[in-house]
Amino acid sequence: MTLIKTNYNRRSFLKVSTAAGGGLILGFNWLAACTPKVGETVRQAPEEWFNINAFLKIGNNGVVTIMSPNPEVGQNVKTTMPMIVAEELDVDWHDVIVEQAGLDTDKYTRQVAGGSQSIRQGWQSLRLAGATARRMLMEAAAQQWQVPVSELTTGNGLIKHGAGKSLGYGEVASAAAALPVPADVELKDHGDFKLIGKPTKNVDGPQIVTGRQVYGLDFSRPGMLVAMIEHPPAFGMQLKSVEDTQARAMPGIKEVFTIKDSTEETTPEMVVVVGNSTWEVMKAKKALHIEWEQVTPAESTKDHVQKLTGLMEVKPEKAARQDGDPERAFAGAANVIEREYTAPFLPHNPLEPMNFFAEVTADKAELIGPIQTPESLRKMAARALGMDPGKVSVMMTGIGGGFGRRLYGHFGVEAALISQKIKAPVKVVYTREDDMTRGIYRPAYKVRYRAALDAANNLIGFHVRGAGYDRGPVFANRYPAGAVANYLAENHNVKTNITTGAWRAPRSNFIAGAENSFLDEIAEVAGKDPVAFRLELFDRAIDNPVGEDNDYDAKRYAGVIRLVKEKANWGKEEPGVYRGFSAYYCHNSYVAQVLDLVMKDGVPRVKKVWSAVDCGIVVNPEGARNQIEGGIVDGLGNAFFGGLTFTAGKPDKNNFDNYQMIRQREAPLAMETFFVENGIDPTGLGEPGLPPIFGALANALYKATGQRYYHQPFMLANSELGLRQMES
Amino acid sequence: MAQFSITVNGEQHQVEVAPDTPLLWVLRDHLNLPGTKYGCGIGQCGACTVHVDGLATRSCMLPVVSVGNSKITTIEGLSANGDHPVQEAWLEHDVAQCGYCQTGQIMTAASLLAKNPNPSDTDIEVGMNGNICRCGTYKRIKAAIKTAANG
Repeated sequence: MTLIKTNYNRRSFLKVSTAAGGGLILGFNWLAACTPKVGETVRQAPEEWFNINAFLKIGNNGVVTIMSPNPEVGQNVKTTMPMIVAEELDVDWHDVIVEQAGLDTDKYTRQVAGGSQSIRQGWQSLRLAGATARRMLMEAAAQQWQVPVSELTTGNGLIKHGAGKSLGYGEVASAAAALPVPADVELKDHGDFKLIGKPTKNVDGPQIVTGRQVYGLDFSRPGMLVAMIEHPPAFGMQLKSVEDTQARAMPGIKEVFTIKDSTEETTPEMVVVVGNSTWEVMKAKKALHIEWEQVTPAESTKDHVQKLTGLMEVKPEKAARQDGDPERAFAGAANVIEREYTAPFLPHNPLEPMNFFAEVTADKAELIGPIQTPESLRKMAARALGMDPGKVSVMMTGIGGGFGRRLYGHFGVEAALISQKIKAPVKVVYTREDDMTRGIYRPAYKVRYRAALDAANNLIGFHVRGAGYDRGPVFANRYPAGAVANYLAENHNVKTNITTGAWRAPRSNFIAGAENSFLDEIAEVAGKDPVAFRLELFDRAIDNPVGEDNDYDAKRYAGVIRLVKEKANWGKEEPGVYRGFSAYYCHNSYVAQVLDLVMKDGVPRVKKVWSAVDCGIVVNPEGARNQIEGGIVDGLGNAFFGGLTFTAGKPDKNNFDNYQMIRQREAPLAMETFFVENGIDPTGLGEPGLPPIFGALANALYKATGQRYYHQPFMLANSELGLRQMES
Repeated sequence: MAQFSITVNGEQHQVEVAPDTPLLWVLRDHLNLPGTKYGCGIGQCGACTVHVDGLATRSCMLPVVSVGNSKITTIEGLSANGDHPVQEAWLEHDVAQCGYCQTGQIMTAASLLAKNPNPSDTDIEVGMNGNICRCGTYKRIKAAIKTAANG
């Protein structure tokens, strides 16, 4: 057991009340800050408060409802976070009901699905939530039996004393509610975990397979109208005129008007069609005749290629990081390798298009739908509506994928503004075409790498210069920073009127593939095995690291490389099978991958991917494997096919007939994932499985074809930013 | 607008909609059966898959006027208690991530197995290629279909 101070007093223990049904509602305001530190278990009172809350209800029949505060976008938090509470509460998982909580900043903080941070940042406070409740239930039982708490044990929702006596949690829940919150509680030793580490199935599985899971598009309410929005066809355009006579006359159409979120300067005025049903509104939207005018530059992909290419020759004013004397290292090098890599804009394409429900009245606004950032949506909506944020509520529905797209809640603001205007409940629905052409895209990137080798083929200098819209892809302090004496990282942030933002593993989703492809080439030139070459660099970073700000733990990084090397039997050659290796660290987790490729009729097919993962304690191995597998497939799909090009500001693709998504026939035939067991506090997995696969694929393709793949998507071989049209 | 009588999950329903209204939107907006999903509207993603006389069909491309006397089965009617072998196999393999595409995947898989009770890997790849899973659960989908076939 680990003793941990709860660090709250009566005042911060927000709600302790007996529920109408006799059950106990324990509301926790977890202000305790237990910042996770690698390899360290918290043994004393945290010095800072931790920004997350938990909430659980215990029924008098012993059933426990655990609220899941964070949005569930498919990353498994609705299963995994409550597992952590249930572990410390010491209840049978079968007695647990999980409910999605809405936005509640009094009870919870960081209700965000983003950055793979839910588990990492929730770990200590979720444990504390369960452990404190358990302790209070034990104290209540101790009072009833008139025995010391220290003589009691718990297990599967029962409190026991000696051999004979036992009480269910439900039997003491109401007494427990009246007790003071303990000053400190004991957390389980990791070795005593029963639920954490046990493969546990998605709590929403039965709802999903029967079609009962309610996603945003499925939400409805009596009297609800449907709204669709016509946005400018090209970036940089604004509304000039609308001819809506025909649309207004169509069956089921209630209103046509324009909206403009006046609090968002860059959001253009758009045309809204409101009606009774989805199909009627869809048809009327197509009957609008709208004139748009170009007011800021109409950018095309060829402009982007030219701009990014030009920036490769431009030294930024300030380096992101510099170690040693890179200029001298390159000047004195026996061999210099220079390569460039690019990747195009990417739409997120979650399968459920953007949508949101809103009902706005004079004194409140109710927003319901799929959102990764409910708190931010509330602020934005309150501002746009001119309403006190306290009067705006946000509830999360089931969410048909996020991938970063639903971090940006403008669709919720649009629903709110429309409901305010028409004074009725409304659901805003984007068509697939709306969704793809009004994206917040993964930026287009270009990067140039240079490596300096001495006469003995040691890496003595490393230089990376990147550029991206609207943010460059280079991380200052990531590997191989720390492993090379003379190191220079530079970045250009390039302005654009095309909206860009976070896409699953932002920046890493490009730079990991580029870096791992380049390391493969350096190893080849140096006549070294690519895995051995990386490990050699890590030896340097472990023994004698360069600089102090290196983001990663070199031992853990090298650990996953060694593990995947062993599991995949790296070095073993099989005729007709082409192997690629890659490793990356992002979002606090480490992933190394080996990819086997076969060629059939000139078409590559991934035969198998081995992954070694270090995310510390694996809370739910079932969900964790699924995340790694999903990251691999997502990464492979985008590495092969992904890319959105623009002509005069207009996206060149708008639906799945012209935008190729990875399908069953292109998916890897096998995937096997291994987790490092080290007892370190857990980190997230929604993103880390994706970035390295781009490099593993590029390196395997090189083995198969003899060609290096510098530009995504790889199916277009050497066309920058996906400029050439797909051949298929 | 016109009156249509259609049979969905064994029940007769009257709806008054435009004849070109895709079955998808009749199911979702008029019959309160939202388990059938909208993903692309052009028959490319498979999220809207239902059975029309037992055959997997894209409901987003099927105008209600063309339904006639065909018997429609949606995910809500695939089994009485969510215990169709394909549904059970989906749970066993913990297939879903976001879950949005899975009702369409399940309807396609159920139709595939009805025609071909022992599909090979290639049969599954071909049969399921019309259904996009954005979360990338293809491996588990394939495994679940094999389990359902052998169950």
